[in-house]
Amino acid sequence: MAIKLPIFMDYHSTTPVDPRVIEEMLPYFNEKFGNAASRSHAFGWTAEEAVDYSRERIGKLINAQSEKEIVFTSGATESNNVAIKGVAEFYKDKGNHIITSVIEHKAVLDTCKRLEKEGYEVTYLGVGKDGRVDPDDVKKALTDKTILVSIMLANNEIGTVQPIEEIGKLTRERGVLLHSDAVQGVGKVPFDVQKMNVDLASITAHKMYGPKGVGGLYVRRSKPRVRLVAQMDGGGHERGMRSGTLNVPGIVGFGKAADIMMKEGKEEGVRLLGMRERLRKKLDSSLEEVFVNGSLEHRLPGNLNVSFAFVEGEAMMMAIKDVAVSSGSACTSASLEPSYVLRALGVGDELAHSSIRFGLGRYTTEEEIDFVSDLVIDKVKHLRNMSPLYEMYKDGIDLKSVQWVAH
Amino acid sequence: MAYSDKVIDHAENPRNVGTLDKEDPTVGTGLVGAPACGDVMRLQIKVSDDGVIQDAKFKTFGCGSAIASSSLATEWIKGKKVEEAEAIKNSDIVNELNLPPVKIHCSVLAEDAIKSAIADYRAKQAAKR
Ligand SMILES: Cc1ncc(COP(=O)(O)O)c(C=O)c1O
Ligand code: FES
Repeated sequence: MAIKLPIFMDYHSTTPVDPRVIEEMLPYFNEKFGNAASRSHAFGWTAEEAVDYSRERIGKLINAQSEKEIVFTSGATESNNVAIKGVAEFYKDKGNHIITSVIEHKAVLDTCKRLEKEGYEVTYLGVGKDGRVDPDDVKKALTDKTILVSIMLANNEIGTVQPIEEIGKLTRERGVLLHSDAVQGVGKVPFDVQKMNVDLASITAHKMYGPKGVGGLYVRRSKPRVRLVAQMDGGGHERGMRSGTLNVPGIVGFGKAADIMMKEGKEEGVRLLGMRERLRKKLDSSLEEVFVNGSLEHRLPGNLNVSFAFVEGEAMMMAIKDVAVSSGSACTSASLEPSYVLRALGVGDELAHSSIRFGLGRYTTEEEIDFVSDLVIDKVKHLRNMSPLYEMYKDGIDLKSVQWVAH
Repeated sequence: MAYSDKVIDHAENPRNVGTLDKEDPTVGTGLVGAPACGDVMRLQIKVSDDGVIQDAKFKTFGCGSAIASSSLATEWIKGKKVEEAEAIKNSDIVNELNLPPVKIHCSVLAEDAIKSAIADYRAKQAAKR
């Protein structure tokens, strides 16, 4: 069978909606269009029932104790904002210190930066070369003023999975709340809010084959009961934590997507890992100077983030334009700075510029893996042939010894 | 970002990729940029006795626009007198390739590479005399 182009290998950015999800959503646009907050008639009851069923399904996926612990939002950006700002505001009399990591998503980092401006103190923990936070560092950073620790489950660029369970032990012991941006990892790697002592968790539907613009925040209701100050004022929906009429079709889709993940996520992970390793081994055996960024062991099965030395990431993406991937190169961003995540790992700037993120997912096929690896190998060779750095490397020149004229 | 057709053409079929003998006294080599900035350009010219650029070659580590800028630069300077080549401005490259604002520095690098290759050639000539 001929390969269909372009090929999507950017599943960390978003995912297509599973057809089974769409099917379940459709009636909620017109037949069952009620407002879930309408308490006085059947249209409203039907919508509310559907929303609560989704809560249950999503709760199950992360092993929440009760479906009431799921608050619906517009996505994980909002969930992260509400979780961090909401907790900071509610517990401000208890303390003003927050711990997070330097490789968090911007929705966490920029939220923390804003809180710093308001007088909170934030500790940004570094990560090792493996892209993981050391729980010992969390332990050392905890003070009597610490009210919240926010560490992501899995990183969106390098796919590294954080030791949430170990961190959860520490925070629980100290009576500090633990929030996790679980967007990239939920359904893909083990995540159990009870076992891991997670108190708040952000998730979003569009990274798990559900629709965009729908997210959730898990807020623990017992041992401890987590309180937060709402950041959106209005009709008092979602038990006062997030006002606004619920996106019922989106939430129905989110629930179905969670249900599919619950049933098929594990098997899917095994399949993705097989394909990821096939891709990695092919690239590694045909090309020299290829570096995997971050731990291979503690990693999302569908993630491969590699640097092809001497080749710039954006030029690479242009050369394989029939394959949708992403890069940590500065040339793809407006900022002219390479990825802060790769920098945090201690990957040199030149290798950060050379990074490509492959994100595999539900509809990735073995044929696509073979096509992409052959294409990438061919194009890396092509671009290296026109790279002055590769020529210097081949001539045995140490690139670090050259006096570069930075501009 | 969408690329202009000309950038795509140069990036996919770069002209004059290669290496000239940098020990040759008639060859000038310019190496500009830095790996840590994500862009390095090497542009070389071979100049005849009457001051005409007979050959030009480049190698670039950088984005598609940087590759296209250097490819275009070699194409333009070939057959030109050194002084004419020296007068090429990065804005000429921006216009020809339709570069968006974020890619202007790629064209600046190409202009720097031309100037740096010429300077190297002149330094060699001066040393000879
Ligand atoms: C780790 C992480 N957190 C948060 C977000 C933001 O999620 P959303 O797009 O639902 O706002 C993303 C997605 O871009 C993400 O990868
Ligand atoms: S080389 Fe970085 S934007 Fe052109």
